[in-house]
Amino acid sequence: MPPGITRLTLSNGLQVLLKEIHSAPLISHWIWYRVGSRNEHPGKTGISHWVEHMQFKGTPDYPAGVIDKAISREGGYWNAFTFLDWTAYYESLPAASGDLALRTEADRMVNSLFEEQEVESERTVIISERQGNENEPTFLLNEEVQAAAFRVHPYHHEIIGDMADLQTISRSLLYDHYRAHYVPNNAVLAVAGDFETAALLKSIRELYEPIPAGSNLPPVQRREPPQHGERRVRVEGPGETTYVQLSYHAPAANEADFYAMNVLDSLLTGPSSLNLFGGGISNKTSRLYQALVETEKAVSVSGGLGATIDPYLYDIHMILHPQSSLDELLETTEAEITRMQASPPTPEELGRAVKQARALFAYGSESISNQAFWLGFAEMFADYDWFTGYLEKLAAVTPEDVQRVAQAYLRPQNRVLGTYVPDHRPAPEEGYSVEEAEG
Amino acid sequence: MQPGTFHTSSANAGHSLPGPDDIERLELDNGIIVLARSNFNSPSVVIQGSLSIGGLSDPQDKLGLAFFSALGLMRGTAARSFQQIYDTLESAGASLGFSGGTHTTSFGGKALAEDLGLLLVLAAEAMRQPVYPPEQIERLRAQLLTGLAIRSQDTSEMASLAFDQVIYAGHPYRYPEDGYPETISAIQVSDLQEFQRRHYGPRGMVIAVVGGIEPAKAMEAVAKVLADWQNPLQTDPPALPGLNPLAETRRVKVNIGGKAQSDIVLGAAGPARRDPNFLAASLGNNILGQFGMMGRLGESVREQAGLAYYIASGLAGGIGPGPWDVAAGVDPENVDEAIDLILEELQRFYQEPVTPEELADSQANYIGRLPLSMESNAGVASALMALERFNLGLDYYRRYPDLVRSVTPEQVLETARQYLDPARLGIAVAGS
Repeated sequence: MPPGITRLTLSNGLQVLLKEIHSAPLISHWIWYRVGSRNEHPGKTGISHWVEHMQFKGTPDYPAGVIDKAISREGGYWNAFTFLDWTAYYESLPAASGDLALRTEADRMVNSLFEEQEVESERTVIISERQGNENEPTFLLNEEVQAAAFRVHPYHHEIIGDMADLQTISRSLLYDHYRAHYVPNNAVLAVAGDFETAALLKSIRELYEPIPAGSNLPPVQRREPPQHGERRVRVEGPGETTYVQLSYHAPAANEADFYAMNVLDSLLTGPSSLNLFGGGISNKTSRLYQALVETEKAVSVSGGLGATIDPYLYDIHMILHPQSSLDELLETTEAEITRMQASPPTPEELGRAVKQARALFAYGSESISNQAFWLGFAEMFADYDWFTGYLEKLAAVTPEDVQRVAQAYLRPQNRVLGTYVPDHRPAPEEGYSVEEAEG
Repeated sequence: MQPGTFHTSSANAGHSLPGPDDIERLELDNGIIVLARSNFNSPSVVIQGSLSIGGLSDPQDKLGLAFFSALGLMRGTAARSFQQIYDTLESAGASLGFSGGTHTTSFGGKALAEDLGLLLVLAAEAMRQPVYPPEQIERLRAQLLTGLAIRSQDTSEMASLAFDQVIYAGHPYRYPEDGYPETISAIQVSDLQEFQRRHYGPRGMVIAVVGGIEPAKAMEAVAKVLADWQNPLQTDPPALPGLNPLAETRRVKVNIGGKAQSDIVLGAAGPARRDPNFLAASLGNNILGQFGMMGRLGESVREQAGLAYYIASGLAGGIGPGPWDVAAGVDPENVDEAIDLILEELQRFYQEPVTPEELADSQANYIGRLPLSMESNAGVASALMALERFNLGLDYYRRYPDLVRSVTPEQVLETARQYLDPARLGIAVAGS
């Protein structure tokens, strides 16, 4: 463990990581559960995300809205995220109010009510969230691509879940999912900020250690078999813009190839930032931007590789230039990928990718919330050493490694090609109308 | 709840906020204001800046000209081609971008502290010597037009545009900064060049530098690339005309086919940032549609009725009377029900003072969240820019808690009465 980090496991299995940072009077408290859409099957898709919503609906000691207001009164903020592999809850607060975060999370690890009436009102809220997503062509396209890429593995469905399940999941299913997964031995607590470790640890033990461990959860065993031929999906819908998504099966975060794949991503589509806060940089000198946007085959291109437990996808997203054609766009993309496979990149290109990664890490380290994020996030698919050793591992990638992963992963047989194409429906009546006037 | 006992007092909340003793402010001979504050906990540096030129100067048939000119700045300069600009930036892991607003053109960038010099050189070259190479401009135009095509399908953006047209009828705020397809298509390279020549200049410009660098060095680095900038042709932006408030509520609908959700934007023109009652309005807005889980509106429309995933109110502030509005996304079937619930809350907000408890909660929220909003260099840079833009004074953040605490429920009610009359609102809905 790097200096300045305290790491231990409580008697009930809760992993704890603490990092003192005294640059500002703030504290950021994160609790991570090893449950996400990866742990769902048909009939229960979206249930992890829904449980996350229910965690804001109150416990006997802290009814709905009480914590919200208490945190806001302190000037803090809180939120939660559900991902493929995990669900995380965080509070960033003035340091003097950090105790509020500890009490809140320890309480709702076991005591959330999941009242029937709250389940029903949240059902329509989540359906509304999904409808908002469905308004976006990129969501509709990604949903189809993901489903085509994973026939067997539960990465098959979107995190928000299928509408069919959102309409039918019951209170008891939700509550069972909560009780099974929200146990200390399935969680990681990460805190960074302006505290004294010994004193904080004492509070953590008092609040979290009495919570009993739960049963060990069955591993996710439905591995995706290798794909043996390109899969294509086409979505039609409103608008006049054509979107393209190329998704290749990619290595998991703790596989050796992940680093070379990250360099490849940086060269092809610009560096991806894994920071939750801090943003990224432009990608105008990346190979695909140069080949597609500078030749007016696309108006934009971007790429991304996520850090996941099981092998997920490396995505390339493009918007077709109105004066170009899908065939031209795809041919040029293929030619660039072939070039990457045919000859290794230069050491200068690699040096650049490493400097970009170093800068992105520096931007991320500015905020205490982001530092606390990394403490827990890295534990979801590896451990915190993964994070601290990341730049070194990236710097060790050779041009030949990049060429090799391009050959291994960026094969047409290993991808799904998705397109969202305008359906040229008749335009609705003149866009803008005065509906009524009220006195 | 018990107060925590594990925090240290190593960093004092009051002194972590920027103030006259740790903000460096300098006016260059050509009028540029430079602000700097160091943060040696960070190995990186952020710049933010603004020029006093924006969409208010756009001709009617070329709406979006200021926006287009801002986005075109980095497409090539007298010193470097597009390729060279981005090669320099991206090789350093740095970023820099310009954007055009109604009143100002702004820029922002970040780099490792060692690369501040290159960030400033590129920003200065872009503002002072842009070339607008025709080939690059056509490429950019296609991107802007695609952006507008996507906008025309975006229910939230289209509701917002329609709302602006209702509440700002006859006023320049009714136009989007990024124009319309026909006006963007009408803009020539020579228009961009002429616009830059006549409007870009040091007068009214502000730049803030925050991060792992001594303020004196930051000042020097800025002066090196901008102190000799002169533009005798620089013209001031036109004065903002007055706004006629709505005489009655007007509701409009934008039809967009094939959408699963409709968006609602509802409200009126609010106070400018420098209005004496802005802070009272802002606290009121927090109570109405932000505090906790989106304030009173979130409680009614999301928590109780389960009608919307998102609903919130916003108060833009800004140089002129920016909007004070409520936005929500709902099932097309539920549009009327959601609007009725929102109107009920607005009616209450307009008729009764907020409770002392509600106000105390929001006051505590405003005071407590200030240090969190300055967690990052970018947060501090935005805070410094606001000081200058709205002439708040370098000690503003130190005085802020007292200013916030001095607001009364009656003052909040007064702002509701002045700006949010439920009988004189704009209501816009976009969707299928």
